[in-house]
Amino acid sequence: MRDPILKVRDLKVEFGTNDGPVYAVKGIDLDVMPGETVAIVGESGSGKSQTMMAIMGLLAGNGRADGSAQYRGKEIIGLSDRALNRIRGEKITMIFQEPMTSLDPLYKIGRQLSEPIIHHGKLKRSEVRPRIIELLKLVGLPDPERRIDAYPHELSGGQRQRVMIAMALANDPDILIADEPTTALDVTIQAQILELLADLQKRLGMAIVFITHDLGIVRRFADRVYVMQKGEVVETNDAEVLFTAPAHPYTQMLLAAEPTGTKAPPPPTAPVLLEGRDVAVTFRVGGGFLKGPAIDLKAVDRISLQLRQGQTIGIVGESGSGKSTLGRALLRLAPSKGAVRFQGKDISHADREAMRPLRHEMQLVFQDPFGSLSPRMTVGQIVTEGLLVHEPHLTRRERDARAIEALAEVGLDPLMRNRYPHEFSGGQRQRIAIARAMILKPKIVVLDEPTSALDRSVQKQIVDLLRDLQKAHDLAYLFISHDLAVVRAMADHIIVMKEGRIVEEGATAEIFDHPREAYTQALMAAAVDQTRFRRSA
Amino acid sequence: MVGYVLRRLLSAIPTVFIIVTLAFFMIRIAPGGPFDLERPLDPLIMENINRAYNLDKPLWQQYLLYLGNLAQGDLGPSFTRRDFSVMDLFRTGLPVSIQLGAMALSLALIVGTALGALAALRQNTWIDYMVVGTATLGITIPPFVIAPVLSLFFGVMLGWLPAGGWGGGQFRYLVLPVATLALPQIAIIARLTRGATIEALRSNHVRTARAYGLPTRVVVVTHALRAAMLPVVSYLGPTAAALLTGSVVVETIFGIPGIGRYFVQGALGRDYTLVMGTVIVIAVFVVIFNLIVDILYAWLDPRVRYD
Repeated sequence: MRDPILKVRDLKVEFGTNDGPVYAVKGIDLDVMPGETVAIVGESGSGKSQTMMAIMGLLAGNGRADGSAQYRGKEIIGLSDRALNRIRGEKITMIFQEPMTSLDPLYKIGRQLSEPIIHHGKLKRSEVRPRIIELLKLVGLPDPERRIDAYPHELSGGQRQRVMIAMALANDPDILIADEPTTALDVTIQAQILELLADLQKRLGMAIVFITHDLGIVRRFADRVYVMQKGEVVETNDAEVLFTAPAHPYTQMLLAAEPTGTKAPPPPTAPVLLEGRDVAVTFRVGGGFLKGPAIDLKAVDRISLQLRQGQTIGIVGESGSGKSTLGRALLRLAPSKGAVRFQGKDISHADREAMRPLRHEMQLVFQDPFGSLSPRMTVGQIVTEGLLVHEPHLTRRERDARAIEALAEVGLDPLMRNRYPHEFSGGQRQRIAIARAMILKPKIVVLDEPTSALDRSVQKQIVDLLRDLQKAHDLAYLFISHDLAVVRAMADHIIVMKEGRIVEEGATAEIFDHPREAYTQALMAAAVDQTRFRRSA
Repeated sequence: MVGYVLRRLLSAIPTVFIIVTLAFFMIRIAPGGPFDLERPLDPLIMENINRAYNLDKPLWQQYLLYLGNLAQGDLGPSFTRRDFSVMDLFRTGLPVSIQLGAMALSLALIVGTALGALAALRQNTWIDYMVVGTATLGITIPPFVIAPVLSLFFGVMLGWLPAGGWGGGQFRYLVLPVATLALPQIAIIARLTRGATIEALRSNHVRTARAYGLPTRVVVVTHALRAAMLPVVSYLGPTAAALLTGSVVVETIFGIPGIGRYFVQGALGRDYTLVMGTVIVIAVFVVIFNLIVDILYAWLDPRVRYD
């Protein structure tokens, strides 16, 4: 057996905080063989990223690494920046989760790509340009001769990630660390980036360390897998073995965490609660004094839909497709054209005043469980705030009783209602947000990516909770998401949106099994890893 | 870019016009007039004076007359300083104020950014605490305290520098007033730079630069400090305009013949034309420096484009 090129032994990472030290990584062992693909899998807070940050010398100021990590027999933990700079960026390179911000916005990409090449002494500044064009070609950036002089903001997220990959490859590294390289990208772009990485590895032969929470990626690309939980490696094995026979309960839980089940459509006699006809939203961009004419941007372009009692319509699309704007327009939270009817009543022209009595029947839950709860209010205050508006006759005691009821219903201990949001995890906060909607006994809830910021295992719990609530109260959901696995489990009817228009719509099973439109097929193909994985699991 | 600058300059004309109009009527709403003395003048004399300065005409006629003269570059005669036109006063005073302000601005910019960047790079060390502490002190002590203290200490007690006066712009005379003007700005710029640099050092693209083994010098100077300069540049626009148009406090305490004094003196003496002139000068400076800042900003940050 060959020697590992990266050999990690008893690596520990701790962070000094005001509440005392936090141990992010608690002594892990890890090997990377030349040319292999290793995946480090875990949920947020498992320490998977910090392990690699420690090896790259990139821990935050209050972080400290202990133990050993050897690159080709040379110890790199505790190395000075100067000594480490001879390895990082040349032998070991890294791409990050945030393609939008990982490049310096103030410099052309050609210049940023040239820096690691020049500083590692590979080429002189005057000779570097052809090499950069070659790299940009290698990563499939269209029109590299022109793009070399582009600034990062002139490129899309996927293109920026390609530039980062080009930078990672510039000095022919032995190891490429990819820290959630596709998480921030749309699903079709994700697939392209992963294909690119797999293809480049085949051609160039470097080892890849994938840090990810996405088991679809792991199954498809990794040779070996490390499963991390709370700073420790709980299981390691060849990918095939791990997926067919997971040994550790945590691994089993992760594998089972994909949302399952389907939703039956409501009976055809179910009354239509919300109806939109030719709903259109345009945003005016630019214009103003001495600035020339404005451009109208069609965010939602004449969309019609009917939402019945007990129904869940899944609205699927990539970022910028207009799916969130549609949801807001239907709730009359964004100015729109076209007709919106709620329980047969035309609300197209209802103003704020007229909408207020209807608001408690149409509630909204947002994606971001951290930003959507006021940090200065207790959970009890947050949950009961809507009651102050919609049921002002309630006494304090009655409101409190309702809060207890609502929190219990979403699976939270009602005793927690005097605490503040920051004391809760992401999943718990999303439960609080759901309780805030449910306490008003709505008929319709618009769920705008309610599970996207959550770990898979938590996602599953939220999906189960939402389905239980729907059954108990005969709710209608408008479920907005880019995550096809979750949509499949939640919705009975699906609308696929692109650039403000409906590309395709139909019953969930039909859309998933027999997509007609090319765009839907592309979306499905890009998500196929997850689906295939779920079927075999 | 040329088109943008022209558009901005064109759009400055209505801005200045509105300011002129507002100032014209506001100063006249204020009770009293330029020739009201403790012992009222003989009504006949008063009438003559008013006629000489067109103050006997209806307000709208005075306004149109003023605009007409302004369009020809004539700011009118000063009401309180006989024999001087407002233009004469500015011709001698403005260069003094600009010289003083430019030196203070340069000093503040160089020392402020250097201290701020140093504090950021040595965050949570004694250097950082020193800079932040001094900066806080510099912001809290008002110039009307700093100026006499400096003058007393270096001018009177130690006798190293002149306690006041202009001395034809000799360097010795400039030191104390420049220091007084620059100190609070150094403090503000240092704090701004420190905060922006710390934020830039934590940014993802700086992490990228470090991950690719770039030398610390390149990481800091190329990738962190340039980003950190953006908020400082924004701050400089109105600050430069304020510094270059003179400071009432500094010019009064050190006895410097700049134009900063005119604003307050003119307003108190109801010297209508002098107040108007000062307002116009300040407005034009603010417009110009905001434009310069916007151009600088676009040069520093490619995401900002005006075409």
